[in-house]
Order: sequence, then structure tokens, then C-alpha cells
Amino acid sequence: MTSTSNLAPTASSNLSRTVPAKADDVRSRGEPFTWLLGGALALGCLMIAGLLALVVWNGFVTFIPKPIEVLTENSGAISAGERVRQESFRPAPDVVAKLSATARENVAGNGGYATRFLIKTGNFDLYGEDFKWVADFDVATRSLPRDMVLVERMEWGPLIGRLIGMTVDGTSVAVTDIADPRFVDAHRAARDRWRKIADLERDDIGGINARIEQERLELRSIELSEGRGSESYRRAAVTYESVAAALAKDHQRSTAEAAALVDTNKGFTATFADAQGTSKTVALDAIVRLYAANDLSWFDKIAIYLARWWEFLSDDPREANTEGGVWPALFGTFTMTLLMVVAVAPFGIVTALYLREYARQGRFVAFVRICVNNLAGVPSIVYGVFGLGFFAYLVGGTIDEVFFQERLPSPTFGTGGLLWSSLTLALLTVPVVIVATEEALSAVPRSIREASLACGASKWQTIKYVVLPRAMPGILTGIILAMARGAGEVAPLMLVGVVKLAPALPIDGTFPFIHLERSFMHLGFHIYDVGFQSRNSEAGKPMVFVTTMLLMTVVFGMNLAAILIRNRLKTRFATAAF
Amino acid sequence: MTTMTIESTVYHPDVSGIAATLDITGLNLWYGDKQALHGVTLPIPEGQVTALIGPSGCGKSTLLRCINRMNDLIDGLRIAGHIHLGGQDIYRPAQDPIALRKRMGMVFQKPNPFPMSIFDNVAFPMRVDGFVDRRRQAGAVEHALRGAALWDEVKDRLDDSALGLSGGQQQRLCIARAIACDPEVLLMDEPCASLDPVATARIEELIDELAGRYTIVIVTHNMQQAARASDYTAFMYLGRLVEFGATKNVFQAPLSPRTRDYVTGRFG
Repeated sequence: MTSTSNLAPTASSNLSRTVPAKADDVRSRGEPFTWLLGGALALGCLMIAGLLALVVWNGFVTFIPKPIEVLTENSGAISAGERVRQESFRPAPDVVAKLSATARENVAGNGGYATRFLIKTGNFDLYGEDFKWVADFDVATRSLPRDMVLVERMEWGPLIGRLIGMTVDGTSVAVTDIADPRFVDAHRAARDRWRKIADLERDDIGGINARIEQERLELRSIELSEGRGSESYRRAAVTYESVAAALAKDHQRSTAEAAALVDTNKGFTATFADAQGTSKTVALDAIVRLYAANDLSWFDKIAIYLARWWEFLSDDPREANTEGGVWPALFGTFTMTLLMVVAVAPFGIVTALYLREYARQGRFVAFVRICVNNLAGVPSIVYGVFGLGFFAYLVGGTIDEVFFQERLPSPTFGTGGLLWSSLTLALLTVPVVIVATEEALSAVPRSIREASLACGASKWQTIKYVVLPRAMPGILTGIILAMARGAGEVAPLMLVGVVKLAPALPIDGTFPFIHLERSFMHLGFHIYDVGFQSRNSEAGKPMVFVTTMLLMTVVFGMNLAAILIRNRLKTRFATAAF
Repeated sequence: MTTMTIESTVYHPDVSGIAATLDITGLNLWYGDKQALHGVTLPIPEGQVTALIGPSGCGKSTLLRCINRMNDLIDGLRIAGHIHLGGQDIYRPAQDPIALRKRMGMVFQKPNPFPMSIFDNVAFPMRVDGFVDRRRQAGAVEHALRGAALWDEVKDRLDDSALGLSGGQQQRLCIARAIACDPEVLLMDEPCASLDPVATARIEELIDELAGRYTIVIVTHNMQQAARASDYTAFMYLGRLVEFGATKNVFQAPLSPRTRDYVTGRFG
């Protein structure tokens, strides 16, 4: 009771204090700003989720086999194909005027709009186009015939039609069903021969060519060092002649073997008739895959879907990159990003260590820091130009002159390639690593540095044993950011080594196995090339989505790996007591 | 009531002629233009516990950090005067500060174990000295942990992270780390400042046990702690050493009025 009476005057004096009206103002309480901030976040999340959903959805549905519709138009024209998409459009008044009364009413009822859809008709070699818009009101009949076949070919895009016959070893055989064992066996045999030819050309003939080239280069290097008139050159020339002759014989034999297989394959063809009855004969070895699109079970569909994915991931591209696989691009992206990390991580960490730990913090260091930050804002194409001029032409050109003189004038390192691309991107991303590493280093508490020094550790020992391990999670965050930035970069690569179609992977079975000077393919450039540089952008569109999805998966996968490593490091330093 | 005149240091008769392992003479120190230590002359007796007391900002931590040259890391710091360790000036140009620090151990205000295992924490001074063989380290680690009265609590989890220990255990781990290389001098900068009373009591017991084996210099805010744990006490005020003598005498019969005011709690 006494305490209450003691408190009372204090309480009343507090109550008498007038609260300014502004304190209760909604602006000073800040609720609208909470909504503003939350709204901005929600908008950002929505846009990202939308983009991801668009890419992933389109990426996943691309390889699903679609039914083939055969449409007879009012004009009598027949077309067959896969339906790609549909849209509303406003038909021209003169078109509407020519329509039947019911169709005209339908259009008028829709406010002047009608529906049309895009049909992928294929058969580019027959009609010079592979897509066609068909308006709803033009369609007289629509059917899904079971014998319509979609043929994926090596060239000219897909063919859509019915099988009407085939030749086996030059003689015609009456086969009209693609499931007929005679057809299936002949097709498989022709594809096997085609693969054998490809192997012969790449491995045997390519290998022989490489050896002839090697011999020639050896001779050339002797010519350059000893001169044409020297005794050793004359002897080498004689050896070269005999070796080259032997190799030429091998070359001839392999070429003849391949030519024989090509000849055999010429006897195996299939003839198809399209919806209008025009026939087209296709060599069996040029048929990658064919299926009766309207006669597929669920199991068949899944098998085709998976087979197409496998082809996409493991094969070379064909048809100006709009079909086939992206394996070289996938491999190139992965290798390039990995090489970039190998280059950028030590370079960035070492720079940041000096800047933060050793350099006297003054105006000069502040200036250097500003420059590093500004480097992150330089347009990436400028790095590409720098990479081409400095790495490829200057450094690479010098390497060529010193080590590969016998190959000149054709450049070895003196042109764009995997190594120069990785280094250019390393340069592009090094500010990210430097800034992140500096942050991480400055976050290491002074107390444990002092503890280390008080134990008699030198400055370098302190950095090595205490500061770096403690800063490592932060440094890895920087490397993850750099990796994400580098893996998605395209513009500078176009100048320093990425090509539309690379003849060989940068890592293969021929000595010295890792060919850093080779140009390579990249998923990002592939997207640009397929989407905007191909003959028919509509045909390339599905590939753009699938490739984008794949690139995002690759970047995501590499980041995930780095994040897992970082988290393992973090748990090592996690505090349990506080 | 206390005058602000600058008086010279008062030395109790009991400190005349003591065997000083560390001899600080006429030490002046400036942070930039600001002088933080004014002519401190302080012989630190061998094998004894010497407490540095005084109000905040009086320069006792600065003085402590001069002894193992931790102040070298600070930009714009200037020192005049001498500190002799075993007869040699540690501020002579030929002195390698790293070699000097290897002869001393230091315990800080807040426990600062490294983000490593308990074993690696204690073995750290050996590792930086180039002894990397874990079996050879093991004996010294056990000895140091026993010395810091921590062995029984951690012997089964030497490979666990040191950051999983409690605050008091962490501080004892830091003491173990400081004595792992058998230093000549043990410097303690308010070692109990961030600990609870129970942990503080354990650390004080430990200081008692370590006294005699090492020359200990301890900075403390806590007058009871200084009175309990130390053999000699130096009272500092505004960068000056005011009074130095045996702890009993400084607390019970201070010669300087300022010391008297401080130890009786009239200011501080």
C-alpha cells in the first residue's frame, strides 16, 4: 500500500506531460513505409518468379511430342502440322465480307475478332516455309490421321507426311508402316553406318590429318632454325616425304572405307507423301527419329520425350543450331566458368589481402579502391575488346612467335580461345571478388588478430591461420557472385573465343588433351545465335527456352556447390555458446 | 577536494631494491598529439603478481600493451623511454617484436579463442613456432590446460570447437594458450571483466596458482580483485604512476592522498 501511494504522484506527473500530436502521426509511425518496402520486395519476387516460370514451363514442354492435325480449308487447301499457339486477331473487312453468314456472325459476335493458330507444317524443302497461320473460320474439316508421321531429319527441319515406300539396297519395297520390321531394321542399320562414317571422318581421317600436319610442322621448324639449304633439313625432308606418303596411303584407305559406306547408304531411302500428296524421298541415314504422332501411347510419348532430352544434352547441334543438342556449348560453358574461377579467386583474394592487410590506408589506397569499384561498372563489351587486343593479339601473338613459329601465319594462341575468354571474364569479375574479400577481411574481429599476434605469430601467420579461415565464407560469397556474373556473360566472349559451331571440344583424347587455345561454344551465345541469328526464329524459339533453362540450371548448380562448401565452412566457425 | 597538481610517483619502501625482471623507466607515450603516458617508472618484481589499478582512461592498459609491443600496430603512436626485460631494452632497434611476444603470454578483456578446436587453440603458439607434430604438441597442450584448470572439463572433447565453451571456460582456454609456451611474463588485461562472479572466482584462484611460476602483470578495475590476487599494486591516474608498493601497504596505508581517495572509493 505504501509503495502505491509513493508511486502515485510520479504517475500523475507523467500523465500530465502533453504528447505532441506529431508522434501519433501515421508518417512518424511508419506503417505506409512498411507497405512500400514490402510491396517493392513482392514486386521483385513476382517478376523473378514470372520469368522463371515462363522459362521453365516452355523448357519442359518443348520436347513433348504433339499430335499432327490435318486441316482442310474452305479453299480446298490441305495442311498438316503441329499446333504451336493461337491468338485473337481482327480479320480485314474484305476477308470478313467473303465469309459465310454464320462465320460472319461469329466474328461480329466476338466484336470483330476471330481466332487463328500457328501450325508447324515442316516440309521446308517442299514449300519454302515451315510455319503457317490458319484462321478458325477457314477450317472446313480437321482430322488426326493415325498414319501421319513426323520425321526429324539431319537437314531441312522436320518432314510431316505418310510413308509410301522405301528402297532397300536400291530395290523398292512396298512398306507403308514405320513400325514394319523391314523399315525399322533398315533404318537402324543405315544410322549405324552413318555413325561409323562420322567416326571414320573424325577419328581416323582426322587423326591422320593431324599427324601429317604435325610432321609438316616439324619439318617447318627445322627449316626455320637450320635453313632450307642445311643438311639436317634435307634429311628431315626425305623422312617427311616417306612418312607423308605412308600416311597418305592410310588416308586413302580410310577415305575409301568411308566412301564405300556412303555408297551403301545411298541405296536405302524412304519416300513420304505429305498431306497434299507431294512425295519426298529421304535417305534413311538422314532420319534422326520418326514417329506416328497420332498413334502414340503414353509410354511412347515418354520415351520420345526422354530421348529428345538425351539428344539435347549429349549431341552436337544441327540445322544451324536450331535442332539437335547443345553438348559442346554445355561443356564449353562449364569449362570456361571453372577456369575463370581458378583464375579470378587467387588473383582477387591476393589483391584484397594486400589492399586491406598490408597497404597503408591512405589517399592512394582509397583511390585504388574507388577504381576497383568503378571497374565493375565498365560495359562488358569493353572487356571483350581489351581481351582481344591484350590477351589474344599481344600476349597470344607473342606466345605464337616464341613457341609456335612453325605454325604461323595461322595463329595458335594469337586468336580468341578458351584461355583468353576465361581470363577476360576473370578480369571482368575480379572487382566483385576484391570487394567481397575486403569486406570479409574487415569483418574479422580485431580481438582474435591481437590474440594471434600476442602468441608470437607474425603478420603473415596471423593472416594464414586466423584471418583467412575466418573470412573464407565471405570470400566464397564473393566468388559465388563472380561465378554467377561470369557464367551468364556473353558480349565479351563473342570477341575472345566463342563461336557459333566449334569443330572440337577444348578437352579431348589427342595430346595434350586440354586445348586452351581452341575456340569453344557457350550456352549464352547459343541462345543469342539460335534466337536471333538463325534462318527461322520461330523454329528456334523452343530451343531458346530449353537452352536458357539449361544455362540457368548450370549456373544454379555451380552456385549450389559453392554454397554447400561455404556452409560447411560456416558451421565450423559457428558459435554454440552465444 | 583533490588537487590537480602533478605530483611525482610515490614508491613504498618495500619496493626498493626488489629483483625486477621487467624494468620500465621514464616511459612516455603519445597517440598522435595526445600524451597518454607520462614518465612512468615501474620495476615489476620477478615471479610476483603486480596489479595495475586506476580509473578508466588512466593508461593502465596502454602501459600493459607497451610491455609486449602490441601498441606497435597503432598508427601515429610514439614512445620514448625504456623497458628492460632481462637486462635488454625491448625498444632497441634490433629487437624483433615477434620474438619478444613469444617470451610473453597475454590474456585479454574479452575471451578471444580462435575459431578452431580446443586443442588447436592451445597448440597455436607452438604451431607458429614451427612445431607442427601433434604428438609433440599433445604433452604441452595437456600441461597448459592443466595449468589453466581446464583439463578435466575438456579432455574428452579436445577436437570440438573452442567457441562451444562457456565464457569462463573460454577465458581459461585463453590463459592456457598464453602459458602454453612457458612465457617469462604473463600479461592480463582485465581478464575477468566480462565474466560472472563464479567464473571470476575461478580465474582468481588460477592466478594464485600461477603466481610464483610466472611474472604476472594484471590490469583490473576491481579493487577487491587487486587486493585479493596481487602481491604488488601500482595505482595510475591520468597517464601517471601515482603510487607503487606492496598490495597490503597500498590498500591499507596509502601514501598519496589520491590513492587513498581511490582505494576507499571516494572517486574513481
